[in-house]
Amino acid sequence: MYLTMMQKTKVIEREEVVVRFSGDSGDGMQLTGSLFSNTSAVYGNDISTFPDFPSEIRAPQGTIGGVSGFQVHIGSGDVHTPGDQTDVLVAMNPAALKANGKFMKPGGILIVDIDSFDEKSIVKAGYQTEDPLAEEHLGDYYVIKVPITSLTKESLKEMGLDAKSILRSKNMFALGLVCWLFNRPLEYTQTYIRNKFAKKPQIVDANLKVLQDGYDYGMILEAVTPSYHIQPADIEKGFYRNLNGNTAVAWGFIAAAEKSGLELFLGSYPITPATEILQELSGRKDLGVKVFQAEDEIAGICSALGASFAGRLALTTTSGPGFALKAEAIGLAVMAELPLVIVDVQRGGPSTGLPTKTEQSDLFQALYGRNGESPAVVIVASTPVNCFDYAYMAAKIAVEHMTPVILLTDGFLANGTQPWRIPDLSEFPAIVPPLVHQKKDGWYAYARDAESLVRGWAVPGTPGLQHRIGGLEKDYFTGALSHDGPNHQKMVDTREAKVQKIADSLPPLEILGNEDADLLVIGWGGTFGHLHTAVARLNEQGYRVAQAHFHYINPMPLNTYEVLKRYKKIVVCELNLGQLAGYLRMKFPDIQYAQFNKVQGLPFTSAELVDNFKKMLED
Amino acid sequence: MQEASALTYTDFKSNQSVKWCPGCGDHAILNSVQKAMAELGYSQEEVAVISGIGCSSRFPYYMNAYGFHTIHGRASAVATGVKIANPELKVWQITGDGDALAIGGNHFIHAVRRNIDLNIILFNNQIYGLTKGQYSPTSKKGFVSKTSPFGTIENPFRPGELTIGARGHFFARTIDKELKLTVEVLKEAAKFSGASVVEVLQNCVIYNDRTHEVLTEKGFKEERTIVLRHGQPMLFGKDNDKGLMLDGLNLKVVKLGDNGITEKDILVHDAMNPDPSLHLKLANMEYPDYPVAMGVIRAVPYATYNAELVEQIEAVQAKSKIKSFKDLVFSGDVWEVK
Repeated sequence: MYLTMMQKTKVIEREEVVVRFSGDSGDGMQLTGSLFSNTSAVYGNDISTFPDFPSEIRAPQGTIGGVSGFQVHIGSGDVHTPGDQTDVLVAMNPAALKANGKFMKPGGILIVDIDSFDEKSIVKAGYQTEDPLAEEHLGDYYVIKVPITSLTKESLKEMGLDAKSILRSKNMFALGLVCWLFNRPLEYTQTYIRNKFAKKPQIVDANLKVLQDGYDYGMILEAVTPSYHIQPADIEKGFYRNLNGNTAVAWGFIAAAEKSGLELFLGSYPITPATEILQELSGRKDLGVKVFQAEDEIAGICSALGASFAGRLALTTTSGPGFALKAEAIGLAVMAELPLVIVDVQRGGPSTGLPTKTEQSDLFQALYGRNGESPAVVIVASTPVNCFDYAYMAAKIAVEHMTPVILLTDGFLANGTQPWRIPDLSEFPAIVPPLVHQKKDGWYAYARDAESLVRGWAVPGTPGLQHRIGGLEKDYFTGALSHDGPNHQKMVDTREAKVQKIADSLPPLEILGNEDADLLVIGWGGTFGHLHTAVARLNEQGYRVAQAHFHYINPMPLNTYEVLKRYKKIVVCELNLGQLAGYLRMKFPDIQYAQFNKVQGLPFTSAELVDNFKKMLED
Repeated sequence: MQEASALTYTDFKSNQSVKWCPGCGDHAILNSVQKAMAELGYSQEEVAVISGIGCSSRFPYYMNAYGFHTIHGRASAVATGVKIANPELKVWQITGDGDALAIGGNHFIHAVRRNIDLNIILFNNQIYGLTKGQYSPTSKKGFVSKTSPFGTIENPFRPGELTIGARGHFFARTIDKELKLTVEVLKEAAKFSGASVVEVLQNCVIYNDRTHEVLTEKGFKEERTIVLRHGQPMLFGKDNDKGLMLDGLNLKVVKLGDNGITEKDILVHDAMNPDPSLHLKLANMEYPDYPVAMGVIRAVPYATYNAELVEQIEAVQAKSKIKSFKDLVFSGDVWEVK
């Protein structure tokens, strides 16, 4: 129903709420969403965010292809996902409504800039009739029609700004209004504006005014619309900041460099959605990070491998297509037994695929995408903030075991943010590279530790330890070139055993939810939050469901088989056609695995998972 | 320091037996590199020899130094990483016409463009030897090989032209058989701060024998090549009686005495001229129209990427308030939950 002037103001307490900002990709929706998220996080809520934007930098204005969205889930309890459906949708134009109407929760609030709903824009968005609001069947929603564009113009008419700058401020009006709706203070955004435009006082004044006017407009609405309040969450004490997955990856390596005493080197080439890691580390010259923006993906990894040979903590970052180009050099790292971390921020594939959308379809590429028997460690982050922890672990394993480590994240984690409790470096395990400083009798470049099978790292510049390494097979003892068959067998077996031995130091696979369950839900990577929410919801409803989530895929935790065999029903859930399921079938063939898969460039929704698991439990 | 501690060229030989074909030009180049390193006063541990794939790329195995035999075409990229990571190392890249100019062309031009302080020794035998005789990107048009049985229909790269086109600041040429000249050129390349490209005309005794023989033939090489040295007139010939002059925008071969030409009319080599026009003409001279230029053709001092990166890091570090991981994570919007 549409609002009438008869309703009275009230403040409703909510435990959680999902808000989605949407507009043209030039409307500043990502910034608006981030500012609202940060405001809420600073207020003490737990949050999780999901930016959803097109790969075109500026797709034609007003079209569905150009719609940019930013969703945030705010809660007074733990928040694991950005939310399936949105309680509040802000649509700055008809295309935004068309693209996002389907994400609305019945009974939710829709805020539209009614000025933008002119005939031309309505047609452009692909609506069939002149009344898109009716066409969306929004009978069950509060629809707040606000003339945002004209109110912004009105607000700034005395400021002497050009028309373009005025229109650019309308996102602040929307933000002000949403802040009113959720009883959020404006200070955070005000400080941001003052800092961001410190050198343009006119723009500062304009944005602050529009923001306040948007907030005040809510006061006018007060008569007609309830507002909401979400209590601060009960979270661990400490210092917090918001962090997205890509920055978390970058910082994880900075932490590992400081902890290990090794200089950090990144060789990389820009690629969506991994570029932010390259950008973040490029700005970290203050911490001595050496970043080389290479001429291509291959040079990115090869320069990193050169830096590794020279004794540095070496890293390359990419996404699926770039990862494919790096395959040969990863093989060289396997063969030369040099430490190297390859970060693959997965996106929709194959080929160029869906650059800005998320997917988990590079697992097989990470495990097998090389010639020869070429074992690499594969580890996976599962939340935006634990990208930090797994980046750190990737670095630790790479240098301590002289092996390439592939760290998989995905577009969902990369761009999603969560509040991060700032850790002290003392909370993290030491990183001890197997550096060799002096020649001892019987030292050869490939002489190994008997237990871990790890060779020593003799870095160029060290007197007396000159040696040659390369991609050709070498003798097990002397490291000299060897084409001998039995020796090759021994080397292949040794390289594989070296990687498998890493499992000895990995944490066991944990069982979450109800251990004594009728169904075990298995996942890996960025699907954790949605799976966890679905499992928790089912257990609340009296079902018995357990969850096991993989972070270490090669090697796997030692107790993996033991966990799997405890459950009669197992479902492996992935944003691909079943790559982990296939891998588990190969490793543990006597176990039956059901699958739940989705490849739509989007995360699972907890609701679809709940429905599916219920069906499985009832079968 | 005692002079006696200086290394000789044998100190740069590894314990591995050299497995190139008997008569291959690579043997001579290996000796020249080892001799140059000894004369440069290098210590073994400060040298990193990086190669790609191909006959020449086996080179690191024969050097008593740190060596990395990498993958096809990528030596420039790996060497770039080594040099940026540790600018103290003397990084020598050993590569061939296929490795550097075909599969690795992209990395080669970018290493040159960035002026990474590498010594890139490009063995040019105009053939793929390790795969047994296919044409390469430097094979002359019409060249008959296993994959061009009716002659190639492609234009070859000229390494000097490519280097200069990629904004290279150092290019030199030598030939495997001329050990003395090769050692001289290699030392110049090593002393040059930046990407030094040395094209070594190298003979593949099996698949492209005598391809450069016209330039080394006894009694004729002085007529067919000219050794360029900075600050010296461009004279050549057995009796040093021929020279190069400019005729409009083109080079012209002249004989001293003809039409009253004296040494004063002959061009004087300026390897340090930033304008690459004349260097390009010299690098492109081909026999029989011209003598082929040997020696250091271009050597223009210029800032290196690796040094500028270090300077930039130091400048940022001097100004930034962020000195540690802790400073970083506490910069920006941080709040406390009590």
